Amino acid sequence: MNPSKSDLPQGTLDLLILKVAILRPIHGYAIAQRLQQISRDALQVQQGSLYPALHRLENKGFLAAEWKESETGREAKFYRLTAKGRRQLRAETDNWQRLSDAVALVLQLAEGESS
Amino acid sequence: MNWWRRLWTKNQLEQRLAAELRFHFDHQVADNIRAGMSEEEAHRKARIEFGSMDAVKEECRSARGTIWLESTLQDIRFALRTLRKSSAFTFAAICTLALGIGANTAIFELLDAVRLRSLPVPNPQELARIQIRNGNGGFFLSLDDYDVSHPLWEEIRAHQQAFSGMFAWSSQWLRLGEGAQARRASALVVSGEIFSTLQVQPVAGRLFRREDDQPGCAAPGVVLGYDFWQSNFGGQHTAIGSRMVVNDVSLEVIGVAPATFSGVEVGKSFDLAVPICALSVLHRGDRSFQRLDYSWLIVMGRLKPGWTIAQASDHLSAISPGLFEATVPTGYAAASLERYKKFRLEAISARNGVSSLRAQYDDPLWLLLGITGLVLLIACGNLTNLMLARASARQREFALRLALGASRSRLIRQSLCESLLLASTGAALGLALAGALSKSILYFLSTEGDPLHLELSTDWRMLAFTATVGTLACAILGLAPALRSSHIEPGAAIKAAGRGLTTAREGFSFQRVLVVVQISVSLVLVVGALLFVQSFRNLMTVDLGFREKGILLAFFDMSRLRLPTGQIKTFKRELLDDIRSIPQVQAAATTTNVLIGGGMFSLGIRAGAVDDWSRFAWVSPRYLETLQIPLLAGRDFNAGDTETSPKVALVNQTFVHRFFANTDPIGKTFRTSPEPDYPETEYQIVGVIKDTKYFNLRGENPAMSYAPASQDPATWPSSVMYMRSSMPLGPLGAAIGRRLGESHPQMGTQFRAFQTHIEEGLIRERLMAALSSFFGALAALLATIGLYGVMAYMMVRRRNEIGIRVALGASRPQIVGLVMKEAALLLVIGVAAGVAGSLVFARTAATLLFGLTARDPLTFLAAAVLLAAAAALGSYLPAQRASRLDPMTALRDE
Repeated sequence: MNPSKSDLPQGTLDLLILKVAILRPIHGYAIAQRLQQISRDALQVQQGSLYPALHRLENKGFLAAEWKESETGREAKFYRLTAKGRRQLRAETDNWQRLSDAVALVLQLAEGESS
Repeated sequence: MNWWRRLWTKNQLEQRLAAELRFHFDHQVADNIRAGMSEEEAHRKARIEFGSMDAVKEECRSARGTIWLESTLQDIRFALRTLRKSSAFTFAAICTLALGIGANTAIFELLDAVRLRSLPVPNPQELARIQIRNGNGGFFLSLDDYDVSHPLWEEIRAHQQAFSGMFAWSSQWLRLGEGAQARRASALVVSGEIFSTLQVQPVAGRLFRREDDQPGCAAPGVVLGYDFWQSNFGGQHTAIGSRMVVNDVSLEVIGVAPATFSGVEVGKSFDLAVPICALSVLHRGDRSFQRLDYSWLIVMGRLKPGWTIAQASDHLSAISPGLFEATVPTGYAAASLERYKKFRLEAISARNGVSSLRAQYDDPLWLLLGITGLVLLIACGNLTNLMLARASARQREFALRLALGASRSRLIRQSLCESLLLASTGAALGLALAGALSKSILYFLSTEGDPLHLELSTDWRMLAFTATVGTLACAILGLAPALRSSHIEPGAAIKAAGRGLTTAREGFSFQRVLVVVQISVSLVLVVGALLFVQSFRNLMTVDLGFREKGILLAFFDMSRLRLPTGQIKTFKRELLDDIRSIPQVQAAATTTNVLIGGGMFSLGIRAGAVDDWSRFAWVSPRYLETLQIPLLAGRDFNAGDTETSPKVALVNQTFVHRFFANTDPIGKTFRTSPEPDYPETEYQIVGVIKDTKYFNLRGENPAMSYAPASQDPATWPSSVMYMRSSMPLGPLGAAIGRRLGESHPQMGTQFRAFQTHIEEGLIRERLMAALSSFFGALAALLATIGLYGVMAYMMVRRRNEIGIRVALGASRPQIVGLVMKEAALLLVIGVAAGVAGSLVFARTAATLLFGLTARDPLTFLAAAVLLAAAAALGSYLPAQRASRLDPMTALRDE
């Protein structure tokens, strides 16, 4: 395994998937590619987590799925963000922002003390 | 998409899932090739990256959220497949359960109909019956000790304040139609308020109102029962306003009662209803229904809002003195009247209607429910053993699945699934079977003279009962194997299966306990069966003190002959002479009271210093000869005993014992105390007869006295006759009926074999004997099969051990002994527990037994021996087979 790759904290994969799906309907393979590309290869999503996550999000109604022709001409399952998913994405993003700010704050303070 | 739609489109979903993952995989491969890998390398890399395709799929499925349902469906499908594979087992199991659950449900259905169901009227909990507390003790002419006379009913209605509405009713047979087409119809005789108080609405026309029941109603109407309306008028509304002939009187049909209303008495229905005031019209001006000393009405009421049964009861008790004071009958001795004035009324709940069935069949039905419950328990025990054996055989399969990562809960669920399928199929079939079973029991209980009409419909109580029984059966069946399979240690089970020389003991102990329980429970049932069968046989063979075989009973109704009172006795005498002249009739005699179940009639008797009572009847000469009652001393009545000659009497041994302290009573006298129609009279005793049974086969023989029919002070226009003949009684009755139909076409005649009449009184006993012996035999059979199954199974498990024993020189008898010793131990423990259980059972059955005690030691011994013999047979067969085992095959065989 590439040591520079990071494990995703629990729940963050869902957030990233919703974020990637916001622009246009997108299929699973493209989602994996996009995540890898945007994170500059730092995030490599395992298929074993990606597809269960997609199905879970679809089940919860955050994503809607549709079978249509892909860029290669083959039928693929495209996921699209629903209105409910959009709200969820906003809430989750705020949540994540608060959390990471808080974590960053604690880390800075702790550094300041130790130095 | 809803979860259930996903379930139904599961195949499509699976295909889509596969396609989606495949798409990803193919893209990965294509990208890899684009990145410069060889095709083979690209595939390999993609597969590594992807991991297990099946694991991903499983994850996706569980993310769909329907996995629990899918796996349950899978379990059910798997269970169906397993059950179908062993179809013999499945068939046997379902049949056993259906029979067991069916029998339980059938008995419960009867119990429900007789005891638990409320009257089908609004707010039945407000209904109460008003009766004399502790009954009148046979004081009046009464249909039932708790009934009320017409004047008393009118007093109660006028003075009570607890009820918003009250009504009185009774039932009787009326003659319907004219001439040869005339037939009997069961009629409710009701006061005008009955339908408004019960809040019953008509389906056609109108029902009675209070105005319909006024004294001296000249043209009363008639209300039809729903079934009668359907069968006689085809349910046509034109029936309303038409006229029908009842007891020779033309009555107008005014309405029809709804189908749900079959009267207030459980187990009875009615063809038509007439108001009480109609009785004098229907019985040619006879007003005896208004007599003060004739109790024949059941009085019921609906409580006013806010009143309880207890308050109403207190209120009735408080106003009782005035009511009874106002209705004192005449013609009684002063002491009797004092007793009358002390009677008190009470109210009891009539929510479930009134029922003589209930008193009679309450205990037997509960007992039968217990018996069928125990039979089901034994049957379930057998099935549990079979299920356990199957579970053991599949132990390696379970172990393997555990090792591969199946959860224990999944294994338990699967094994419960099988028992659930068996139990629910059994319960469904049982429910269907119950209807037929309960109907045949009802048919068994119905007699010509006393037809039973019970509403046997499936109600929620019955469904709940069946569901409960089914669930219990399922739990018993499924739990043990399920727990067993969940305790498997996979490693040990895979290694050990089938190879152990001696098997671990704990595996059997549960099955042993099961067999012990089965033996003990079936002992209880066998004891019960033997007790009831003996009790019935005792009743059938009890010495009645008179002859009942070859005796024809004839009932004559002369009321339509319109004879002047003075001629009735002469007519009866001539009728008797006419019957006696028939060559096939060997002897004939009249009586005023039929023995066994024919009613009771007593008079107060004073002889010397003794003041007591005796049963009393007036009979013709040759009564003793006809019934073959032995005359111990003195003489029989003869033609010299006339209306004007000195009054004479025959008395029985108990009479002599009670009034004359066993001294010779011939020539001594006694006096009767006066009653209406029966003035005080002095009789001289001319003969002593042997004791006979009177009303009941059980209990002591009462004091009995007979006087000559010619000296009977009352002259009713009806008569009962015993005729003895060696001819078949059916044809004889028909021939006599034809003969009398020609000579006296206006006279009503009815014939019955005396023996049938007596046996019909024993239906309850016969039912208990028949059903308990059937279930007892079934229980013993099931327990034997159970023991056989367990022993056979143990032999299979111990093949290696026995093979070694035989190889080392054990003889056949030694092997048989080894097995039998094992079985004997189970039997002894089972019988000991069974005897204890039987003692408890017998105590509850004690009141239903006759001629033997509930702890009859012989019965217990016989039951134990019977069961031991059956059990010995059940274990000898496997033992025998084990001893024939060829050691080489046994040891070589894995």
